[in-house]
Amino acid sequence: MNTVYTCALHDQRCRNSGEFGGKAAGLATLESLGLPVPAGFAVSGAAYRAFLDTPGLRDTVERVLDCGPGTDFRDAAGRIQEVLATTPVPAEAARAITRAYEQLREQIRDPDLAVAVRSSATAEDATAASFAGGFETALGVAADELVDRVHHCWSSVFSPAALAYAHANRLDPSTIEMPVVVQRSVPARAAGVMFTLNPTTGDRSRILIEANWGLGLTVVGGEVTPDRWVVDKVDESITEFTPGDKRLEHRTGGLTEVASSRWHPPCLTDDQVVELAHLGRVLERHHGAPQDIEFALEPDARGHEPLVLLQCRPETVWAHRRRQLRFDPHGDTTSWITSAIVDEPPAGQRIA
Amino acid sequence: MTNGRFPFFHEAETPPGAEGWERMFPYYLVPAAETRQHENDLWFAETMHWSRGCFPLGSVMAEAAYLAAGQNSTRIFAVPTALGLDFRIHQGYVYISPIAVTDPEEIKTRTEYFNHRAGYYFENWDELYDRWKHKVQRLIDDMRTVSFEQLPSLEAPEIVTEGRGRSSGFEVLEGYRRLIDNLMLAWQYHFEFLNLGYAGYLALFQFCREAFPEIAEQTVARMVAGIDSLAFRPDAELRKLAQLACDLGVADVIGSDAERTFEELSRSASGRRWCDAYDEAKDPWFHYFAEYGLSHEQDTWIANPALPLTGIVNYINRLQSGEEIERPVARLREERDALIADYRSLLTNAEAEQFDQVIGLAQRVFPYIEEHNIYIEHWVHSVFWEKARELGDFLVAMGFTHTRDDVFYLNRFEVEQVLNDVVQSWAIGVPARGRERWATEIRERREMLTVLHGTPPQPAFGNPPEDITDPFAVMLYGVTTSQVNAWLGVHEDTDALSGIGGSPGIVEGTVRLIASEKELQDLRPGEILVCPITAPSWVQAFSTAGGIVTDMGGMMSHAAIVCREYGVPAVVGTGFGTQQLRTGDRVRMDGATGKVVIVHAAELEAAS
Repeated sequence: MNTVYTCALHDQRCRNSGEFGGKAAGLATLESLGLPVPAGFAVSGAAYRAFLDTPGLRDTVERVLDCGPGTDFRDAAGRIQEVLATTPVPAEAARAITRAYEQLREQIRDPDLAVAVRSSATAEDATAASFAGGFETALGVAADELVDRVHHCWSSVFSPAALAYAHANRLDPSTIEMPVVVQRSVPARAAGVMFTLNPTTGDRSRILIEANWGLGLTVVGGEVTPDRWVVDKVDESITEFTPGDKRLEHRTGGLTEVASSRWHPPCLTDDQVVELAHLGRVLERHHGAPQDIEFALEPDARGHEPLVLLQCRPETVWAHRRRQLRFDPHGDTTSWITSAIVDEPPAGQRIA
Repeated sequence: MTNGRFPFFHEAETPPGAEGWERMFPYYLVPAAETRQHENDLWFAETMHWSRGCFPLGSVMAEAAYLAAGQNSTRIFAVPTALGLDFRIHQGYVYISPIAVTDPEEIKTRTEYFNHRAGYYFENWDELYDRWKHKVQRLIDDMRTVSFEQLPSLEAPEIVTEGRGRSSGFEVLEGYRRLIDNLMLAWQYHFEFLNLGYAGYLALFQFCREAFPEIAEQTVARMVAGIDSLAFRPDAELRKLAQLACDLGVADVIGSDAERTFEELSRSASGRRWCDAYDEAKDPWFHYFAEYGLSHEQDTWIANPALPLTGIVNYINRLQSGEEIERPVARLREERDALIADYRSLLTNAEAEQFDQVIGLAQRVFPYIEEHNIYIEHWVHSVFWEKARELGDFLVAMGFTHTRDDVFYLNRFEVEQVLNDVVQSWAIGVPARGRERWATEIRERREMLTVLHGTPPQPAFGNPPEDITDPFAVMLYGVTTSQVNAWLGVHEDTDALSGIGGSPGIVEGTVRLIASEKELQDLRPGEILVCPITAPSWVQAFSTAGGIVTDMGGMMSHAAIVCREYGVPAVVGTGFGTQQLRTGDRVRMDGATGKVVIVHAAELEAAS
């Protein structure tokens, strides 16, 4: 059987997170729900493994890593990456990636199609999720740079930060899988993050949305104070809006300054906020748990601004806290009433 | 408002012309030098039930109420954190001060008692409540048998032939005591379930607050909306009569002028049929006060048919313009059930099980919170005041006083003294002894009370506590820490005021300031009704007003509950809405957030 190196996001097989990673599987699920996701494909874990299987490569890596604790990770990383950089992407995989790109270009009918290349690394446990999110991301990648960019992404498994993290968490870096997502670049007018609960209070009847002008990187990266909305999940009304201080935005070309007239006005309309929240609610219901969602608004030729989803994954912070029941489950209702009269736990305090 | 506190009672200046007002009320209801220590507490004006102040005889209502409220919390059920509501009458207005239990040991002891005692009521709720209804009905029947007939110059022969051995004079004395005792007893019953009802709701509220820290109070209240309660029956009767008038083709004849309306109706067969239906609805449903019947000044619908007729006309107009006039119970229940399902779906399984139980509990106990008013406030009080007026007539007939209303200017102990004077004098065969002194006294009291009730009450006296934690005070009266602070800052000029969002909806409209039900007919459709409180029985208002703003009241005040039941936006507990807003102001109110903004102030009249 032929090795599968790539898979389109709209292909059901892409929902296999073991082979295509969490991000790709999440996007494929969004696709299957008919939700707006930028077209793209995933590069499989098999492609990455084929690369590592280049004769001699694993031995070199293991030799460097075997030097044990106390080693300067920068030094180890430098030595490994030197080797990785000189090891070409296996020809078959490179051809598959190029072919997938060409298909995408045809599908979108954009001869100069630029893409975003992002890690879809599968973290074995949830605590590693943030670590997995920290791998290389490249935006506005042109056709001739694509294979190089995937190559970079693979190499980032052995970056100094990644090695330090793996060491601290007793992970063997050579067991990390590095599938990659390649998607049409979205020249977002505004973008951000949505949690289908309020992360500050854990209130599941609320949805929190944070957004800035341009791409969503500034919201995740904390380079600006984004606009902030709290939406009532049940009646889908905005209950709170706090304007941000949005002095920088990320365009495809990089970080740029924002004209002062746009620092404080909201970057999403109320209707967009409500539409987004509604999507969040749908996604939460589908997954049966609160979600952490990345989104962007992309102006089209007709002056519309369709919403696109860039990521959807389970919310992890509150999901791992054990919620205590308000009333003693062994007591009778009268004891609950008494407890309601006697105790006055301030909002959220008992949820821990 | 000196140094972050309110004035003390003893610092308040008596309005000129009202000096000596204290003597109208029993000594223990009036702030005195001996109880100055008590003045350090926070006392707030109980304008939710006594919006227009209290009269000497009417003060018995306050006594009955706070005796019963206190004993039920303090001595019977042992509510863990709250004793009774202390109360005083100051310059003709009722003030209350919730007494909290703060000692953790005492709270613990009381908690055990409360668990047993309240638990018994919650377990046997339906049976006890059924028994309650019978008790109250018996009490009302007994009260009706009290009578104050003019004493004859010679007793009827039956006194002799039936060997009764007691005079009609004695019947008067006994009847008066029975009237007072029955009123006191009715209020004992009033609080038998009330705080337990609130407590049951509180459990739901606390549960939701914990699971959804940001949930609006109002959202929780909407989970118990759409209740089936006798409280809505009088209004339902009006709607039925409006529909019948349209069906019978007599709608055009009906107006708020009762005499003319009934006169014209009597001329046609269908008119007479409608009158029969009206008469049938009247007893018991129109034994219904425009407020709570805590003062003799209030009329019932029976006493003043203009009140129900105005309501009927209103419904007729709406029917004729093709509107739906039924209370949207089905919609409210649908919304309620959808809301509950939505929130339930956000809970874990174990949480959802608790949620089901607290919802069930709250929905079971909640109807009582509205329904008891029908029995006690409307039915008992209407008999009480009817008898009190008979008593007024009796004193006039006996040549003791000049008008029926004079009796309302005597407190309950003075009435008993006067009755003893009158009956003893009659028995002995001499003129009553106190006619002159009471004639003078009543004249002076009329003047004093005119002065006192002509001035709005100070919202509060004494020291605000650091935190107001009494859940009942918050739920019912809307007295929260921030509300008290707002009272302290009342003199800040502002074009906005805030209260508690009582019933959702955003609406803009013109203000109509209304102080009593007698002015309700001035309200135009779509206007924002601004009032000290609204009683549940301001029925025309709920179907006419675009929105309602009150000075006093919390999420569980009647105004808020009823507005939710009618789908009318309401902001309650603004503190000073009636003082800050004027008729003609254009305001925008948000019944969810509790904000009222003046969009355009009315022109000041040249004269003022």
